[in-house]
Amino acid sequence: MSCWETIADYGLRSIGIGERVLPREGYTLCQQFTLIGSGMIWNIYFGVLALCSGFFLATAVALGKASKNPVLQKASTWFIFLFRGSPLFIQFFFAYFLFLSLKPLSPIFDPFTSAWLGALIVLFLNTAAYSGEIFYGALQSVPRGDMEAADAYGMSGWSRFKRVTWPTMLRLAWPAYTNEAIFLFHATTLVYFSGFPAWQQRGDALYYASFFADKTFNPFIPYPILAFYFILLTLCIISLFGLINRRLNRHLPQESRAKMKLKLNIIR
Amino acid sequence: MFSFCVDPASLGDFAWMACYLTTGKHMAIYTSVFTVLLLLAITAPTALAFGFLGASSARSHFAPLSWFGKAYIAIVRGVPDIAFFLFFVIALDQLFEWIRHEIKCPDWEADIWQGNDFVVCDIAKLPLGNSPQWVHETYGFLLAVLTFAIVFGAFAANVLYGAMRAVPHNQLETAESYGMTRRQVFWRILVPQMWVFALPGLSNLWMVLIKATPLLFLLGVEDIVYWARELGGAKTARFTDYPHGDWRMWYFFGLLVFYLLFTRVSEIVLDKVMQKLTHGQATLGGEAQRKAA
Repeated sequence: MSCWETIADYGLRSIGIGERVLPREGYTLCQQFTLIGSGMIWNIYFGVLALCSGFFLATAVALGKASKNPVLQKASTWFIFLFRGSPLFIQFFFAYFLFLSLKPLSPIFDPFTSAWLGALIVLFLNTAAYSGEIFYGALQSVPRGDMEAADAYGMSGWSRFKRVTWPTMLRLAWPAYTNEAIFLFHATTLVYFSGFPAWQQRGDALYYASFFADKTFNPFIPYPILAFYFILLTLCIISLFGLINRRLNRHLPQESRAKMKLKLNIIR
Repeated sequence: MFSFCVDPASLGDFAWMACYLTTGKHMAIYTSVFTVLLLLAITAPTALAFGFLGASSARSHFAPLSWFGKAYIAIVRGVPDIAFFLFFVIALDQLFEWIRHEIKCPDWEADIWQGNDFVVCDIAKLPLGNSPQWVHETYGFLLAVLTFAIVFGAFAANVLYGAMRAVPHNQLETAESYGMTRRQVFWRILVPQMWVFALPGLSNLWMVLIKATPLLFLLGVEDIVYWARELGGAKTARFTDYPHGDWRMWYFFGLLVFYLLFTRVSEIVLDKVMQKLTHGQATLGGEAQRKAA
């Protein structure tokens, strides 16, 4: 079987298109590359959707934590503490079993026990908490002069937020937020190891990598392939976020622009 | 455990719960909390040592050593860490068995990679096939500790490398102008001063390490996650004196609370330490303390 046939058979295996039976023997390099790459579809799905939806909740949480209303402030602080203070791995397990015990109550909860929705919700809340904290920090360091200038122009309320506070907050938070995005994508590999079942062996990249490592007793091929894919993904994220960073900073002179500097945040 | 636990079916709710939570199996989950603490106690210093080695070799003037150090630091940034966990546990196991195999069975002809199998001679197996259960468990735990130390060592190396570069360069130049050798500058000037700069990063790393401990489960150690799944599952009256439905949700809720408390306490303690260390330092934090006093 040539490599093109393998790609045609297994390229979309992780979303249920193509050959159903996973390879039983041989395990060629081509098969490993194709299947692990096909698993990346799920990593990208979880990462992109959680990031896009989490962004809005994160803004809301950051504003809540900075607000003067004690109820909002307490609620946001607790939300951030709950998701940043506990391991994501345990959050996945808890959410899965929570949805599992809600299932008998109503058929509405059926999709929640499968990974595509249940895990997505956990990732959404998790990234909202982490980025909420980042945005809150940025909100605290919005320069005083900017706000005074806005006041002087007669802006207030929504227009001041939309035109001054929010863009400045994003600009200041962006390097840290890029970092958060990278590690969110890394965190998506936990999904299929934490209770959520891989239905019909449709899993993410790490699921297939560990499948091959288990079958061949040779971890030196599948994991480096996985690493290759993730380094590629990380580079894509960095360049995409770099473009946005350029746009956010376009009004500033060259030397006072925020530099994209990657920091560690790692496991959640 | 208690004397009134003889016939659980006849007990009231509270007494039933007291008996249920003190069964032999539940003692196992309480001991596994100590497994987690033991892991932290061994891994933290080991990872710090690995990190120190990594950071100082990245600073080395001997090119291959410095490449090695930089690669060690860089490699963990682009790849999900749980991939490393899954990788190192198998890779280390095979490495140890292969070394023992080379030493103990030098006249072994066959290839150790036979198709999809990894085969070494019987006396090179780790642990030996006939050794008792606890040896297997301890070996598994030690592999896990080593894996954690390697991965977190890389993170620590990153933090320490940054801290070493944060020490003002003119301090080092002054030391050199006093005629100190590179070694002396490193040990007498750089190392004592870098800790203040490293502490925020290291305390962040400690929190991350705490939150990484449930991954022990993936490495095949019977830790709290393993026991929470075991004990929480639905039990019928045929197999146990304490039948109950699917309680896994509540067990994991317990774990969630445990980790929240653990990270909160660590946060408070580390804040105290940081306050102690910044006292009198010529940094922003130290300045703020001076003004407040």
